[in-house]
Amino acid sequence: MREPIQYGPAKLLPGEEIRITTNPNTEPFWEAAKAHKLTACQCAQCGHFRMPPSPYCPECSSREVDWPTLPGTATVFSFAVCNKNPANGEDFIYVPIVVDLDGAPGARLNANVTGCNAEDVHIGMKVTVEWTEIQDGWVLPNFRKA
Amino acid sequence: MAWANQDKTAIVGVGATDYYVRGKSWPRTINDMAGEAILKACADAGISIKDIDGFAYYSTAGAGYLDKFDTASLMETLGMPNISFSATLTSGGGGCPGAIGLATAGLMNEDCKYVVTLMALQQLPQHRLGVVFGSAAPNPENSFLQPSGLVGPGHLMSVLARRHMHLYGTTQDAFGEIVMATRANTHNRPKAVRKAPLTKEEYDASVMLADPLRRLDFCLETDGAVAVITTTMDRAKDCRHKPAVVHACAHGGQREWGRAFAWMGMLDPHFASSGHKFTADRIWAQSGLAAKDMDVALLYDHFSPMVLMQLEDYGFCEKGEGNDYVLAGKIRYDAAAQGGVNGGVPVNTHGGNLSEAYIIGMTHIVEGVEQVRGTAINQIKDAEFALVSGGPASLPVSSLILRSA
Repeated sequence: MREPIQYGPAKLLPGEEIRITTNPNTEPFWEAAKAHKLTACQCAQCGHFRMPPSPYCPECSSREVDWPTLPGTATVFSFAVCNKNPANGEDFIYVPIVVDLDGAPGARLNANVTGCNAEDVHIGMKVTVEWTEIQDGWVLPNFRKA
Repeated sequence: MAWANQDKTAIVGVGATDYYVRGKSWPRTINDMAGEAILKACADAGISIKDIDGFAYYSTAGAGYLDKFDTASLMETLGMPNISFSATLTSGGGGCPGAIGLATAGLMNEDCKYVVTLMALQQLPQHRLGVVFGSAAPNPENSFLQPSGLVGPGHLMSVLARRHMHLYGTTQDAFGEIVMATRANTHNRPKAVRKAPLTKEEYDASVMLADPLRRLDFCLETDGAVAVITTTMDRAKDCRHKPAVVHACAHGGQREWGRAFAWMGMLDPHFASSGHKFTADRIWAQSGLAAKDMDVALLYDHFSPMVLMQLEDYGFCEKGEGNDYVLAGKIRYDAAAQGGVNGGVPVNTHGGNLSEAYIIGMTHIVEGVEQVRGTAINQIKDAEFALVSGGPASLPVSSLILRSA
Protein backbone atom coordinates (compact mmCIF):
# COMPACT_ATOMS: atom_id res chain seq x y z
CA MET A 1 0.00 0.00 0.00
CA ARG A 2 1.11 3.52 -0.75
CA GLU A 3 1.61 5.92 2.13
CA PRO A 4 -0.93 8.75 2.11
CA ILE A 5 0.54 11.95 0.67
CA GLN A 6 1.36 14.60 3.31
CA TYR A 7 0.11 17.83 1.79
CA GLY A 8 0.18 20.19 4.77
CA PRO A 9 -2.27 23.00 5.53
CA ALA A 10 -5.36 23.33 3.32
CA LYS A 11 -5.63 26.92 2.13
CA LEU A 12 -8.51 28.91 0.70
CA LEU A 13 -8.08 30.12 -2.87
CA PRO A 14 -7.34 33.88 -2.75
CA GLY A 15 -10.53 35.92 -2.91
CA GLU A 16 -9.03 38.51 -5.22
CA GLU A 17 -8.82 35.79 -7.93
CA ILE A 18 -12.51 34.91 -7.65
CA ARG A 19 -15.36 36.53 -9.53
CA ILE A 20 -19.04 35.65 -9.55
CA THR A 21 -22.10 36.93 -11.36
CA THR A 22 -25.69 36.91 -10.18
CA ASN A 23 -29.19 36.99 -11.59
CA PRO A 24 -32.51 37.85 -9.90
CA ASN A 25 -32.91 34.23 -8.76
CA THR A 26 -29.47 33.94 -7.16
CA GLU A 27 -28.88 37.47 -5.90
CA PRO A 28 -30.64 37.04 -2.51
CA PHE A 29 -28.15 34.26 -1.67
CA TRP A 30 -25.19 36.51 -2.41
CA GLU A 31 -26.74 39.56 -0.71
CA ALA A 32 -27.18 37.45 2.45
CA ALA A 33 -23.54 36.32 2.14
CA LYS A 34 -22.47 39.98 2.08
CA ALA A 35 -24.13 40.28 5.49
CA HIS A 36 -22.34 37.08 6.61
CA LYS A 37 -25.60 35.16 6.69
CA LEU A 38 -25.63 31.68 5.12
CA THR A 39 -28.93 30.94 3.44
CA ALA A 40 -30.37 28.55 0.85
CA CYS A 41 -33.27 28.80 -1.54
CA GLN A 42 -36.38 27.21 0.02
CA CYS A 43 -39.78 26.79 -1.61
CA ALA A 44 -42.28 28.90 0.33
CA GLN A 45 -45.06 26.55 -0.74
CA CYS A 46 -43.75 23.05 0.06
CA GLY A 47 -40.51 23.71 1.96
CA HIS A 48 -38.22 21.92 -0.50
CA PHE A 49 -34.66 23.30 -0.63
CA ARG A 50 -32.86 23.80 -3.95
CA MET A 51 -29.37 25.05 -4.73
CA PRO A 52 -28.31 26.82 -6.87
CA PRO A 53 -31.45 28.98 -6.66
CA SER A 54 -33.73 28.57 -9.69
CA PRO A 55 -37.04 30.15 -10.76
CA TYR A 56 -39.34 27.20 -9.94
CA CYS A 57 -39.60 24.59 -7.22
CA PRO A 58 -38.88 21.27 -9.00
CA GLU A 59 -41.24 19.52 -6.56
CA CYS A 60 -44.39 21.70 -6.65
CA SER A 61 -43.68 24.28 -9.42
CA SER A 62 -44.16 27.23 -7.07
CA ARG A 63 -42.21 30.44 -7.75
CA GLU A 64 -42.46 31.63 -4.13
CA VAL A 65 -39.22 31.36 -2.16
CA ASP A 66 -37.94 31.88 1.38
CA TRP A 67 -34.34 32.60 2.37
CA PRO A 68 -34.00 31.22 5.91
CA THR A 69 -30.81 32.03 7.84
CA LEU A 70 -29.03 28.69 8.32
CA PRO A 71 -26.81 27.78 11.28
CA GLY A 72 -23.71 28.03 9.08
CA THR A 73 -22.56 24.51 9.79
CA ALA A 74 -22.22 21.73 7.27
CA THR A 75 -20.89 18.21 6.66
CA VAL A 76 -18.35 17.22 4.02
CA PHE A 77 -20.08 14.95 1.46
CA SER A 78 -17.03 14.54 -0.78
CA PHE A 79 -13.85 16.37 -1.78
CA ALA A 80 -10.68 16.43 -3.86
CA VAL A 81 -7.18 17.59 -2.93
CA CYS A 82 -5.71 19.97 -5.50
CA ASN A 83 -2.19 21.34 -5.62
CA LYS A 84 -2.01 24.12 -8.23
CA ASN A 85 -3.58 27.57 -8.04
CA PRO A 86 -5.91 27.63 -11.05
CA ALA A 87 -5.27 31.36 -11.52
CA ASN A 88 -1.52 31.03 -12.17
CA GLY A 89 -0.51 27.35 -12.02
CA GLU A 90 1.72 27.86 -8.98
CA ASP A 91 1.97 25.29 -6.18
CA PHE A 92 -0.98 25.81 -3.86
CA ILE A 93 -2.71 23.23 -1.65
CA TYR A 94 -6.48 23.61 -1.55
CA VAL A 95 -9.35 21.24 -0.94
CA PRO A 96 -12.59 21.72 -2.89
CA ILE A 97 -15.41 20.26 -0.81
CA VAL A 98 -19.02 19.43 -1.55
CA VAL A 99 -21.01 19.99 1.65
CA ASP A 100 -24.50 19.19 2.89
CA LEU A 101 -25.82 22.30 4.65
CA ASP A 102 -27.26 21.87 8.14
CA GLY A 103 -30.84 23.12 8.32
CA ALA A 104 -31.39 22.78 4.56
CA PRO A 105 -31.77 19.10 3.65
CA GLY A 106 -30.89 18.45 0.01
CA ALA A 107 -29.02 21.76 -0.41
CA ARG A 108 -25.32 21.60 -1.23
CA LEU A 109 -22.53 24.10 -1.65
CA ASN A 110 -19.13 23.71 -3.33
CA ALA A 111 -16.37 25.57 -1.49
CA ASN A 112 -12.87 25.29 0.00
CA VAL A 113 -12.03 24.19 3.52
CA THR A 114 -9.25 25.38 5.82
CA GLY A 115 -8.24 24.96 9.46
CA CYS A 116 -6.63 21.54 9.00
CA ASN A 117 -4.13 19.72 6.83
CA ALA A 118 -5.40 18.68 3.42
CA GLU A 119 -4.71 15.01 4.18
CA ASP A 120 -6.95 15.23 7.27
CA VAL A 121 -10.09 16.27 5.37
CA HIS A 122 -12.55 13.39 5.33
CA ILE A 123 -16.11 12.61 4.32
CA GLY A 124 -18.40 13.27 7.27
CA MET A 125 -16.14 16.00 8.69
CA LYS A 126 -18.06 18.86 10.34
CA VAL A 127 -17.28 22.36 9.12
CA THR A 128 -18.44 25.91 9.83
CA VAL A 129 -18.80 28.75 7.37
CA GLU A 130 -15.87 31.14 6.87
CA TRP A 131 -16.44 34.27 4.80
CA THR A 132 -14.03 35.20 2.00
CA GLU A 133 -14.13 38.62 0.34
CA ILE A 134 -13.98 38.26 -3.44
CA GLN A 135 -14.03 40.64 -6.42
CA ASP A 136 -16.65 43.38 -6.85
CA GLY A 137 -17.50 43.53 -3.15
CA TRP A 138 -19.14 40.10 -3.02
CA VAL A 139 -18.48 37.61 -0.21
CA LEU A 140 -18.04 33.86 -0.74
CA PRO A 141 -18.95 31.18 1.80
CA ASN A 142 -15.97 28.91 2.44
CA PHE A 143 -15.59 26.56 5.40
CA ARG A 144 -13.30 25.84 8.35
CA LYS A 145 -12.90 22.54 10.16
CA ALA A 146 -15.28 22.68 13.14
CA MET B 1 -40.70 -4.20 -25.63
CA ALA B 2 -38.39 -4.29 -28.60
CA TRP B 3 -37.49 -0.93 -30.05
CA ALA B 4 -39.57 -0.03 -33.14
CA ASN B 5 -36.42 0.98 -35.01
CA GLN B 6 -34.35 -2.07 -34.05
CA ASP B 7 -32.08 -3.18 -36.91
CA LYS B 8 -33.62 -0.61 -39.30
CA THR B 9 -30.48 1.48 -39.79
CA ALA B 10 -26.74 0.87 -39.84
CA ILE B 11 -23.43 2.68 -39.72
CA VAL B 12 -21.87 2.11 -43.14
CA GLY B 13 -18.87 4.43 -43.23
CA VAL B 14 -16.22 5.62 -40.80
CA GLY B 15 -13.46 8.14 -41.41
CA ALA B 16 -10.84 9.82 -39.28
CA THR B 17 -7.83 12.10 -39.53
CA ASP B 18 -4.59 11.34 -37.77
CA TYR B 19 -4.74 12.00 -34.05
CA TYR B 20 -2.56 14.87 -32.88
CA VAL B 21 -1.31 15.84 -29.45
CA ARG B 22 -3.24 18.89 -28.19
CA GLY B 23 -2.66 21.93 -30.40
CA LYS B 24 -0.42 20.10 -32.90
CA SER B 25 -3.04 19.94 -35.66
CA TRP B 26 -2.43 23.61 -36.44
CA PRO B 27 -2.22 25.00 -39.20
CA ARG B 28 -5.06 22.71 -40.23
CA THR B 29 -8.47 24.19 -39.50
CA ILE B 30 -11.57 22.59 -37.99
CA ASN B 31 -13.35 22.40 -41.36
CA ASP B 32 -10.21 21.01 -43.02
CA MET B 33 -10.08 18.12 -40.54
CA ALA B 34 -13.87 17.66 -40.55
CA GLY B 35 -13.81 17.49 -44.35
CA GLU B 36 -11.12 14.83 -44.36
CA ALA B 37 -13.09 12.69 -41.89
CA ILE B 38 -16.34 13.07 -43.86
CA LEU B 39 -14.72 12.35 -47.25
CA LYS B 40 -12.95 9.29 -45.83
CA ALA B 41 -16.23 8.07 -44.32
CA CYS B 42 -17.92 8.45 -47.73
CA ALA B 43 -15.09 6.50 -49.40
CA ASP B 44 -15.35 3.82 -46.72
CA ALA B 45 -19.10 3.57 -47.35
CA GLY B 46 -18.67 3.60 -51.13
CA ILE B 47 -20.90 6.64 -51.63
CA SER B 48 -20.32 10.12 -53.02
CA ILE B 49 -20.11 13.21 -50.83
CA LYS B 50 -23.02 14.43 -52.99
CA ASP B 51 -25.19 11.67 -51.45
CA ILE B 52 -24.90 13.14 -47.96
CA ASP B 53 -28.18 14.86 -47.08
CA GLY B 54 -28.28 14.77 -43.28
CA PHE B 55 -26.30 15.84 -40.21
CA ALA B 56 -26.96 14.45 -36.73
CA TYR B 57 -24.62 16.17 -34.30
CA TYR B 58 -24.18 15.97 -30.56
CA SER B 59 -22.57 18.32 -28.05
CA THR B 60 -24.88 21.08 -29.34
CA ALA B 61 -23.07 20.82 -32.71
CA GLY B 62 -19.87 21.76 -30.93
CA ALA B 63 -16.46 21.15 -32.45
CA GLY B 64 -14.63 20.95 -29.20
CA TYR B 65 -16.24 23.28 -26.68
CA LEU B 66 -15.70 26.70 -28.23
CA ASP B 67 -16.01 26.08 -32.00
CA LYS B 68 -19.31 25.12 -33.62
CA PHE B 69 -20.17 23.11 -36.69
CA ASP B 70 -22.49 24.76 -39.14
CA THR B 71 -24.24 22.66 -41.75
CA ALA B 72 -24.36 25.47 -44.31
CA SER B 73 -20.65 26.05 -43.93
CA LEU B 74 -19.97 22.32 -44.43
CA MET B 75 -22.16 22.33 -47.58
CA GLU B 76 -20.24 25.32 -48.87
CA THR B 77 -16.97 23.52 -48.16
CA LEU B 78 -17.84 20.02 -49.40
CA GLY B 79 -20.53 20.64 -52.00
CA MET B 80 -23.51 18.58 -50.85
CA PRO B 81 -26.38 19.81 -53.06
CA ASN B 82 -29.24 19.45 -50.54
CA ILE B 83 -29.58 18.89 -46.82
CA SER B 84 -32.93 17.69 -45.49
CA PHE B 85 -32.01 16.87 -41.88
CA SER B 86 -29.81 18.99 -39.61
CA ALA B 87 -30.17 18.44 -35.88
CA THR B 88 -28.17 18.06 -32.70
CA LEU B 89 -28.40 16.55 -29.26
CA THR B 90 -27.82 19.09 -26.51
CA SER B 91 -25.13 19.43 -23.83
CA GLY B 92 -21.72 17.82 -24.42
CA GLY B 93 -19.89 14.60 -25.17
CA GLY B 94 -22.41 12.45 -23.31
CA GLY B 95 -24.60 12.49 -26.41
CA CYS B 96 -21.99 10.98 -28.74
CA PRO B 97 -23.48 7.54 -29.53
CA GLY B 98 -26.95 8.99 -28.95
CA ALA B 99 -26.40 10.99 -32.14
CA ILE B 100 -26.72 7.70 -34.05
CA GLY B 101 -30.23 7.47 -32.61
CA LEU B 102 -30.86 11.02 -33.80
CA ALA B 103 -29.64 10.00 -37.26
CA THR B 104 -32.00 7.02 -37.10
CA ALA B 105 -34.88 9.37 -36.24
CA GLY B 106 -34.16 11.42 -39.36
CA LEU B 107 -33.81 8.31 -41.53
CA MET B 108 -36.95 6.60 -40.26
CA ASN B 109 -38.89 9.82 -40.76
CA GLU B 110 -37.70 9.70 -44.38
CA ASP B 111 -36.18 13.14 -44.00
CA CYS B 112 -32.84 12.00 -45.37
CA LYS B 113 -30.87 9.06 -46.79
CA TYR B 114 -27.25 9.32 -45.58
CA VAL B 115 -26.52 11.07 -42.28
CA VAL B 116 -23.15 12.27 -41.03
CA THR B 117 -22.32 12.30 -37.31
CA LEU B 118 -19.15 14.23 -36.67
CA MET B 119 -16.65 15.58 -34.20
CA ALA B 120 -13.58 17.67 -34.90
CA LEU B 121 -11.45 18.93 -32.09
CA GLN B 122 -8.60 21.38 -32.04
CA GLN B 123 -7.29 22.44 -28.65
CA LEU B 124 -5.28 25.54 -29.29
CA PRO B 125 -4.18 27.18 -26.04
CA GLN B 126 -7.35 29.25 -25.77
CA HIS B 127 -9.57 26.23 -26.53
CA ARG B 128 -8.22 23.67 -24.08
CA LEU B 129 -10.89 21.32 -22.72
CA GLY B 130 -8.90 20.32 -19.66
CA VAL B 131 -9.52 23.67 -18.00
CA VAL B 132 -12.84 24.44 -19.68
CA PHE B 133 -14.79 24.87 -16.45
CA GLY B 134 -12.18 27.12 -14.88
CA SER B 135 -11.62 29.37 -17.86
CA ALA B 136 -15.30 29.92 -18.64
CA ALA B 137 -16.58 33.39 -17.84
CA PRO B 138 -18.51 33.40 -14.59
CA ASN B 139 -22.28 33.09 -14.92
CA PRO B 140 -24.99 32.91 -12.26
CA GLU B 141 -25.08 29.10 -12.40
CA ASN B 142 -21.34 28.31 -12.41
CA SER B 143 -20.78 30.92 -9.69
CA PHE B 144 -21.86 28.14 -7.33
CA LEU B 145 -19.07 25.84 -8.55
CA GLN B 146 -16.18 27.72 -10.14
CA PRO B 147 -15.00 29.55 -6.96
CA SER B 148 -14.21 26.16 -5.36
CA GLY B 149 -11.32 25.75 -7.80
CA LEU B 150 -12.70 22.61 -9.45
CA VAL B 151 -11.28 23.89 -12.71
CA GLY B 152 -11.50 20.94 -15.07
CA PRO B 153 -13.66 17.88 -15.67
CA GLY B 154 -11.03 15.68 -14.00
CA HIS B 155 -11.08 17.74 -10.83
CA LEU B 156 -14.85 17.46 -10.76
CA MET B 157 -14.83 13.73 -11.32
CA SER B 158 -12.23 13.17 -8.63
CA VAL B 159 -14.93 14.27 -6.17
CA LEU B 160 -17.25 11.54 -7.49
CA ALA B 161 -14.44 8.98 -7.37
CA ARG B 162 -13.73 9.94 -3.74
CA ARG B 163 -17.35 9.27 -2.78
CA HIS B 164 -17.24 5.88 -4.53
CA MET B 165 -14.09 4.97 -2.59
CA HIS B 166 -15.81 6.02 0.65
CA LEU B 167 -19.03 4.09 0.04
CA TYR B 168 -17.67 0.88 -1.48
CA GLY B 169 -14.00 0.63 -0.54
CA THR B 170 -12.92 1.21 -4.13
CA THR B 171 -9.15 1.57 -4.51
CA GLN B 172 -6.80 3.59 -6.65
CA ASP B 173 -5.34 0.23 -7.69
CA ALA B 174 -8.55 -0.38 -9.65
CA PHE B 175 -8.19 2.98 -11.40
CA GLY B 176 -4.62 1.99 -12.24
CA GLU B 177 -5.75 -1.37 -13.63
CA ILE B 178 -8.19 0.42 -15.93
CA VAL B 179 -5.40 2.65 -17.23
CA MET B 180 -2.99 -0.28 -17.69
CA ALA B 181 -5.57 -2.59 -19.29
CA THR B 182 -6.50 0.13 -21.76
CA ARG B 183 -2.86 0.88 -22.55
CA ALA B 184 -2.24 -2.82 -23.23
CA ASN B 185 -4.49 -2.47 -26.30
CA THR B 186 -2.53 0.25 -28.13
CA HIS B 187 0.96 -1.22 -28.72
CA ASN B 188 -0.17 -2.45 -32.16
CA ARG B 189 -2.21 0.62 -33.16
CA PRO B 190 -0.28 2.96 -35.46
CA LYS B 191 -2.50 5.98 -34.79
CA ALA B 192 -2.59 5.68 -30.99
CA VAL B 193 -1.00 8.57 -29.11
CA ARG B 194 0.16 6.49 -26.12
CA LYS B 195 1.59 3.12 -27.18
CA ALA B 196 4.30 2.27 -24.66
CA PRO B 197 3.35 -0.45 -22.16
CA LEU B 198 2.57 0.88 -18.70
CA THR B 199 3.69 -0.73 -15.45
CA LYS B 200 2.05 -0.39 -12.05
CA GLU B 201 5.19 1.38 -10.81
CA GLU B 202 4.87 3.97 -13.58
CA TYR B 203 1.19 4.44 -12.78
CA ASP B 204 1.91 4.87 -9.07
CA ALA B 205 4.60 7.44 -9.87
CA SER B 206 2.23 9.51 -12.02
CA VAL B 207 1.73 12.96 -10.56
CA MET B 208 -1.42 13.56 -8.52
CA LEU B 209 -3.55 16.21 -10.25
CA ALA B 210 -6.69 16.05 -8.15
CA ASP B 211 -6.31 13.51 -5.39
CA PRO B 212 -7.48 10.69 -5.73
CA LEU B 213 -6.77 11.04 -9.48
CA ARG B 214 -3.34 11.03 -11.12
CA ARG B 215 -2.33 12.46 -14.47
CA LEU B 216 -2.63 8.97 -16.00
CA ASP B 217 -6.24 8.70 -14.79
CA PHE B 218 -7.01 11.68 -17.03
CA CYS B 219 -7.59 11.02 -20.72
CA LEU B 220 -5.46 12.38 -23.52
CA GLU B 221 -5.85 15.91 -24.80
CA THR B 222 -5.77 15.45 -28.56
CA ASP B 223 -6.81 17.04 -31.85
CA GLY B 224 -8.42 15.35 -34.83
CA ALA B 225 -11.70 14.60 -36.53
CA VAL B 226 -13.90 11.53 -36.84
CA ALA B 227 -17.06 11.11 -38.94
CA VAL B 228 -19.46 8.20 -39.35
CA ILE B 229 -22.31 7.73 -41.83
CA THR B 230 -25.63 6.15 -40.91
CA THR B 231 -28.22 5.01 -43.45
CA THR B 232 -31.21 2.69 -43.75
CA MET B 233 -30.66 -1.09 -43.90
CA ASP B 234 -31.86 -1.35 -47.50
CA ARG B 235 -29.27 1.22 -48.59
CA ALA B 236 -26.65 -0.29 -46.28
CA LYS B 237 -26.72 -3.52 -48.28
CA ASP B 238 -25.29 -1.64 -51.28
CA CYS B 239 -22.39 -0.13 -49.33
CA ARG B 240 -18.81 -1.40 -49.39
CA HIS B 241 -18.62 -3.06 -45.99
CA LYS B 242 -20.75 -5.28 -43.84
CA PRO B 243 -23.24 -2.93 -42.09
CA ALA B 244 -22.86 -2.19 -38.38
CA VAL B 245 -26.52 -2.52 -37.50
CA VAL B 246 -28.08 -0.08 -35.02
CA HIS B 247 -29.72 -2.54 -32.64
CA ALA B 248 -30.57 -0.22 -29.74
CA CYS B 249 -29.88 3.42 -28.96
CA ALA B 250 -30.94 5.79 -26.19
CA HIS B 251 -30.02 9.19 -24.83
CA GLY B 252 -31.21 11.15 -21.81
CA GLY B 253 -31.06 10.48 -18.10
CA GLN B 254 -32.76 11.19 -14.85
CA ARG B 255 -33.13 14.36 -12.82
CA GLU B 256 -31.14 12.92 -9.90
CA TRP B 257 -28.08 13.06 -12.17
CA GLY B 258 -28.98 16.23 -14.06
CA ARG B 259 -26.06 18.59 -14.55
CA ALA B 260 -23.97 16.09 -12.60
CA PHE B 261 -20.48 17.32 -11.73
CA ALA B 262 -21.39 20.80 -12.97
CA TRP B 263 -23.85 20.85 -10.05
CA MET B 264 -22.84 18.26 -7.42
CA GLY B 265 -26.40 18.01 -6.12
CA MET B 266 -26.76 14.28 -6.81
CA LEU B 267 -27.85 12.20 -3.82
CA ASP B 268 -26.52 8.69 -3.14
CA PRO B 269 -26.37 6.34 -4.99
CA HIS B 270 -26.38 8.65 -8.03
CA PHE B 271 -23.45 10.79 -6.90
CA ALA B 272 -20.93 7.94 -7.03
CA SER B 273 -22.20 6.65 -10.37
CA SER B 274 -21.74 7.31 -14.07
CA GLY B 275 -25.31 8.59 -14.50
CA HIS B 276 -25.82 5.90 -17.13
CA LYS B 277 -28.38 3.72 -15.32
CA PHE B 278 -31.31 5.33 -17.17
CA THR B 279 -29.99 4.88 -20.71
CA ALA B 280 -28.48 1.49 -19.84
CA ASP B 281 -31.89 0.26 -18.68
CA ARG B 282 -33.44 1.66 -21.87
CA ILE B 283 -31.13 -0.14 -24.29
CA TRP B 284 -31.46 -3.40 -22.35
CA ALA B 285 -35.26 -3.01 -22.52
CA GLN B 286 -35.08 -2.10 -26.23
CA SER B 287 -33.00 -5.16 -27.05
CA GLY B 288 -33.85 -7.81 -24.47
CA LEU B 289 -30.10 -8.12 -23.95
CA ALA B 290 -27.91 -7.71 -20.87
CA ALA B 291 -24.30 -6.76 -20.21
CA LYS B 292 -23.19 -10.40 -20.36
CA ASP B 293 -24.46 -10.62 -23.96
CA MET B 294 -22.02 -7.95 -25.16
CA ASP B 295 -18.90 -9.15 -26.95
CA VAL B 296 -17.06 -5.89 -26.35
CA ALA B 297 -17.76 -2.71 -24.36
CA LEU B 298 -16.52 0.63 -25.67
CA LEU B 299 -17.01 2.79 -22.58
CA TYR B 300 -16.37 6.53 -22.61
CA ASP B 301 -13.17 6.81 -20.62
CA HIS B 302 -12.36 10.47 -20.09
CA PHE B 303 -11.36 9.53 -16.53
CA SER B 304 -10.54 6.04 -15.34
CA PRO B 305 -12.99 5.84 -12.38
CA MET B 306 -15.88 6.57 -14.70
CA VAL B 307 -15.21 3.28 -16.52
CA LEU B 308 -15.57 1.46 -13.21
CA MET B 309 -18.84 3.24 -12.45
CA GLN B 310 -20.21 2.48 -15.93
CA LEU B 311 -19.41 -1.21 -15.46
CA GLU B 312 -21.76 -1.02 -12.47
CA ASP B 313 -24.47 1.07 -14.16
CA TYR B 314 -24.60 -1.21 -17.21
CA GLY B 315 -24.67 -4.31 -15.01
CA PHE B 316 -21.35 -5.92 -15.90
CA CYS B 317 -21.12 -6.21 -12.11
CA GLU B 318 -23.25 -5.19 -9.14
CA LYS B 319 -23.21 -1.65 -7.74
CA GLY B 320 -20.19 -1.30 -5.48
CA GLU B 321 -18.38 -4.30 -6.97
CA GLY B 322 -16.56 -2.47 -9.76
CA ASN B 323 -13.29 -2.52 -7.82
CA ASP B 324 -13.17 -6.30 -7.52
CA TYR B 325 -14.45 -6.84 -11.07
CA VAL B 326 -11.70 -4.68 -12.55
CA LEU B 327 -8.94 -6.09 -10.34
CA ALA B 328 -9.97 -9.62 -11.40
CA GLY B 329 -8.74 -8.69 -14.89
CA LYS B 330 -12.22 -8.79 -16.37
CA ILE B 331 -11.90 -5.72 -18.58
CA ARG B 332 -8.76 -7.07 -20.29
CA TYR B 333 -8.51 -8.26 -23.89
CA ASP B 334 -6.79 -11.59 -24.47
CA ALA B 335 -5.19 -11.28 -27.91
CA ALA B 336 -4.34 -14.98 -28.21
CA ALA B 337 -7.91 -16.08 -27.47
CA GLN B 338 -9.42 -13.03 -29.25
CA GLY B 339 -11.71 -12.66 -26.26
CA GLY B 340 -12.09 -11.72 -22.63
CA VAL B 341 -10.26 -12.69 -19.46
CA ASN B 342 -11.68 -14.49 -16.46
CA GLY B 343 -15.25 -14.40 -17.76
CA GLY B 344 -15.26 -10.65 -18.39
CA VAL B 345 -16.19 -8.58 -21.43
CA PRO B 346 -13.20 -6.75 -22.98
CA VAL B 347 -13.37 -2.98 -22.55
CA ASN B 348 -11.93 -0.37 -24.94
CA THR B 349 -10.04 -2.71 -27.24
CA HIS B 350 -8.98 0.40 -29.20
CA GLY B 351 -7.21 2.01 -26.26
CA GLY B 352 -10.00 4.44 -25.53
CA ASN B 353 -9.66 8.08 -24.65
CA LEU B 354 -6.97 7.18 -22.13
CA SER B 355 -4.44 5.80 -24.62
CA GLU B 356 -5.55 6.04 -28.27
CA ALA B 357 -7.09 9.52 -28.66
CA TYR B 358 -9.83 11.73 -27.26
CA ILE B 359 -12.20 12.92 -29.96
CA ILE B 360 -15.11 13.34 -27.52
CA GLY B 361 -16.36 9.77 -27.89
CA MET B 362 -16.26 9.20 -31.65
CA THR B 363 -13.35 6.74 -31.52
CA HIS B 364 -15.53 4.39 -29.47
CA ILE B 365 -18.15 4.33 -32.24
CA VAL B 366 -15.46 3.61 -34.84
CA GLU B 367 -14.16 0.69 -32.79
CA GLY B 368 -17.70 -0.65 -32.34
CA VAL B 369 -18.19 -0.56 -36.12
CA GLU B 370 -14.87 -2.29 -36.79
CA GLN B 371 -15.58 -4.99 -34.18
CA VAL B 372 -18.96 -5.99 -35.64
CA ARG B 373 -17.54 -5.78 -39.18
CA GLY B 374 -14.77 -8.13 -38.07
CA THR B 375 -11.99 -5.76 -39.12
CA ALA B 376 -10.78 -4.43 -35.74
CA ILE B 377 -7.06 -4.43 -34.96
CA ASN B 378 -7.80 -6.13 -31.64
CA GLN B 379 -10.64 -8.20 -32.99
CA ILE B 380 -13.00 -10.13 -30.70
CA LYS B 381 -13.68 -13.50 -32.30
CA ASP B 382 -17.12 -13.58 -33.95
CA ALA B 383 -18.15 -10.31 -32.28
CA GLU B 384 -21.92 -9.93 -32.63
CA PHE B 385 -22.78 -7.16 -30.18
CA ALA B 386 -20.76 -4.04 -29.31
CA LEU B 387 -21.83 -1.62 -26.57
CA VAL B 388 -20.84 2.04 -27.05
CA SER B 389 -21.40 4.70 -24.37
CA GLY B 390 -21.15 8.49 -24.17
CA GLY B 391 -20.54 10.36 -20.93
CA PRO B 392 -20.67 10.59 -17.88
CA ALA B 393 -21.44 14.24 -18.42
CA SER B 394 -24.32 16.60 -17.91
CA LEU B 395 -27.45 15.09 -19.45
CA PRO B 396 -27.98 13.71 -21.97
CA VAL B 397 -25.66 10.73 -21.70
CA SER B 398 -26.22 7.97 -24.24
CA SER B 399 -25.86 4.31 -25.12
CA LEU B 400 -25.73 2.34 -28.36
CA ILE B 401 -25.67 -1.35 -29.24
CA LEU B 402 -24.22 -2.21 -32.66
CA ARG B 403 -24.87 -5.65 -34.14
CA SER B 404 -23.07 -7.55 -36.85
CA ALA B 405 -25.13 -8.00 -40.01
